[in-house]
This record gives sequence, C-alpha cells and structure tokens, in this order.
Amino acid sequence: MLLITCPYCGPRPELEFAYGGQAHIARPQQPADLNDDAWAEHLYMRDNAKGAHAERWRHTHGCARFFNAVRDTGSDRILATYETGTPRPAAGDLVGGAA
Amino acid sequence: MQKFSAFSLLREGLSGQRGWQAQWRSPEPKRAYDAVIIGGGGHGLGAAYYLAKEHGLTNIAVLEKGWIGGGNTGRNTTIIRSNYLFQESSTLYDHAMKLWENLSQSLNYNVMFSQRGVLMLAHTVHDVQVFKRHVHANRVNGVDNEWLTPEEAKDFCPPLNIEPGMRYPVLGGALQRRGGTARHDAVAWGYARAADALGVDIIQNCEVTGIRRDASGAVSGVETTRGPISTRKIGVSAAGHTSVVMGMAGVRLPLESYPLQALVSEPIKPVFPCVVMSNTIHAYISQSDKGELVIGAGTDIYTSYTQRGGLHVNAHTLDAICELFPQFRRMRMLRNWGGIVDVTPDRSPIIAKTPVPGLYVNCGWGTGGFKATPGAAHLLAWTMAKDEPHPINAPFTIERFRDGYLIDEAAAAAVAH
Repeated sequence: MLLITCPYCGPRPELEFAYGGQAHIARPQQPADLNDDAWAEHLYMRDNAKGAHAERWRHTHGCARFFNAVRDTGSDRILATYETGTPRPAAGDLVGGAA
Repeated sequence: MQKFSAFSLLREGLSGQRGWQAQWRSPEPKRAYDAVIIGGGGHGLGAAYYLAKEHGLTNIAVLEKGWIGGGNTGRNTTIIRSNYLFQESSTLYDHAMKLWENLSQSLNYNVMFSQRGVLMLAHTVHDVQVFKRHVHANRVNGVDNEWLTPEEAKDFCPPLNIEPGMRYPVLGGALQRRGGTARHDAVAWGYARAADALGVDIIQNCEVTGIRRDASGAVSGVETTRGPISTRKIGVSAAGHTSVVMGMAGVRLPLESYPLQALVSEPIKPVFPCVVMSNTIHAYISQSDKGELVIGAGTDIYTSYTQRGGLHVNAHTLDAICELFPQFRRMRMLRNWGGIVDVTPDRSPIIAKTPVPGLYVNCGWGTGGFKATPGAAHLLAWTMAKDEPHPINAPFTIERFRDGYLIDEAAAAAVAH
C-alpha cells in the first residue's frame, strides 16, 4: 500500500485516496474549434509513461480535495505531491533529484 | 519437431526419458526478417505460428524481452469465455473459443483446455437485469449462455453459499458451459514449439529499444539489445508495455497500464468443479489441475509498470471469496503476484494497422487477454499478412476513438477496472 502525502493533510495510507488519472489535461478553451483528432487526443490518448508520471489524486476519505503527484510508475515511488493549479515540479525538485 | 503421441510417451517411458529433444531452438537473431513480432507471450507466439502456418511467412522472428510466457501469459488466472455483450465482441471472443476447442490437436500439445463452465454471479437487482440482457444478447449472437436461479447455481457449483443472509446474497448467475480454463504455460510453449517447427526464430532475452523508419515513414527495422534487425513488417503484441514500444515509433494510443493481481492457495484435492466470477463483489476463483485455488480480482487503482500491487487489494478479494465459499476460510494462500494490463477507455482491444506503414498492433486486452489468445494471434497474423484487417477485427481499430465507434464492454469485463 502506498503512503501518499496529501499537500493539505500530510502522509496518509492509499486506502484514503482515489486515483484521478493523468494530470494537467486542460479542457479545450474553444471546444467548437476542435476537430475529431483533437477531441480523441483530449478524451482518450494518454502518456501512460514508464517513469515519472504527473497524475491526479483525491483525498476522498480525508479533506476530499484533489491534488497532483509525480510518481515513478517503474517503482511506484512518489517523487512529489503538489496542489492543483500549481505547475509540475522541475525534475531537480523531485525526491531523489532528477527522475 | 518431435511429435507427441501415446506411442512416443510409452517409448520414452521405457527408455528412461532420455530421447526427448528441446522443443524449440534458441537461434541467434539474423540481420533481417520478413516480419518481426515484438512480445513472446501467447498472443505474439501464436501470431508467428499463424503467419507461418496460414500465410506462408516463415522467415520471421519473435523478440521477447525476458522469457517466453513470462509476462501476462504466465500471470493470468487462465479463464476462458466468450459471453460479451456486443456482436463485435462476442464474434471476436467466440472466434477464439472455436480455436481453443481444437488447439491441443492443432498444436500436438496438450494445453489442458477444460470446458468446465464459467458462472458469473448476480448479487443485485441491477446485476440480474444486466446478466439476463447479456444471456439474451449472447443467444441472439449464437453464443451459449444461460440464466440459473440460486438453487440451480448451487447444483452446478456445490461449494457456493446461497444463504439469503449474506451481505451480497446470490440472486442467480449466468452460465457459459463452453467456458473454462486452460494451462497458460502450455499455450505459450505449444505455440512456440509449433512455430519453431515451421521455421520461426524465437529470440529470448532480446529487448527492443527502438523502431527504425525510412524516409517515407514506413518501418525499416528494430534496434534491440542483441543488435539491429531489418524488417518491413512489425507486429507489436507487448501487453502492458505497448505504450512504451509504440512510443518508439511515435504512435500514441488510448491505453493506461494497471497492475492486476492474482494469488493461489496451497494445493488441495479436487473441491471446485467450475469457474465462478463475481464482478459486483470483486472476485473470481477456479481450481487448477495441480490443486491450487486460483483467485483474482480487479486492478489496483493507479497506473504502474511494477508487476505488483497493494496487499489490501488481495485482502479485499479474499473477503469476497470467504463470503461466497465459507469452507475456504482456513485455507492458506501460497503465492501472489501482479501483471501489467493495458486498458482501453471502452475495455475492448485494438487489433489493427497503425498510422505507420508496416506497423501493426494487438493491444488493449485489459484484464481479459488470455481467453482471446488464439483468436487475437490468428487475427494479428491475418492483418499483418494481408495489410488489412479480417472482418472480425475490422471494428477494433485505433480510429474508433476518433470516430466515435466505441465498443463499450465495461460491463462485460468480469472485473471492475
């Protein structure tokens, strides 16, 4: 079980959280301008990275707030957690430096 | 190929078992092949077999990063069924089922295919309505499936607890009698042996690190840890690592890779006659011929490539197993493990050409790829050989996500994911 540090509540067991998939996918500003390829990219295509992966989590059974994490999907080690709306931390700011 | 028969078994038995040959070669990779399959699981080995057997393409190689059958082929819970909801899906999975029914004979290899029946339990009014709809849809599509009352379900599977006092009482079940299990290692080995006999090179410990493309954009070869290999046709059958491999050719796919765990008990005498699955309370169970209870459930909640997951997911599964089968409460579990499954948004696979000429993909099987092994292999081979899909896999494109032709099997996938 992962130990996840909620930016608002501190470290908590994985059981308290829900997973929200890849982070930083912004809704299109002008939906009517998107063609079918762009919609498919927005709705369905995902990085599915092996390595550092920015993703959304929700502290469902705690503060109930969404936040973001960078996790190494090759080891499940969580490299950073940060508040929604803030940019993804640079590689040098992650746990253990560059990932 | 040394043919297996009752006579060869007897002869070797009488001569101290010293006459058996290796079942496939371990060749050095050649500089060039007519086609290369990336991924030496059941799907990839099977595709190589059908390419050689049905399409006459024998100068081909299967490249496997580790050892054949060491990925999801050796990590699944061996359940086979074809009772999916939509016509596209039931046609696809029943194509595989029909190949399963003759596979041991075709390959001269006992894959221990056992049509012991797959019983999917309903625990809520909603489940009952959905499963009855599935039963009717399957029968319209020519796939066997029948509705059982709780008492009929218990007759079919005597260990089942149908007491009304359960937290999630059994309200009935959908039974596919043609469903069952097969020995998953034997599937990989049987295909490997048969493909090798037709001239296919099976190259293990050979990781693909790059996909080469020529000036027109078409594939021209692969880079591997055992040197470059030239080829004009590449079939990717890499399960959980499909996104990684396809990324080497610049192709993005609608996939997310999740850990799916399974576990087995200590081996015991035969106690369990069939396969029982419950989507609602997250568990499925069967008994292997070795005697172990083979148990699985849903994926972990987050994407990962680690081939492991949280122990609490297994504990949750065992909660459900102990409720359905109270007699197993004191059994000890021997081993647990994870595999990485590539899940599409509509829970249906992709077997298709890609935007890159000469590059073909078989992926997105999520938690249900083993049951489709012969079918997926057969259709990938067809698509690679003819450079166009077979009518059965024609709907299972990448473009369906752009064009809105999703094949939404989220409810038919036996586990929530």
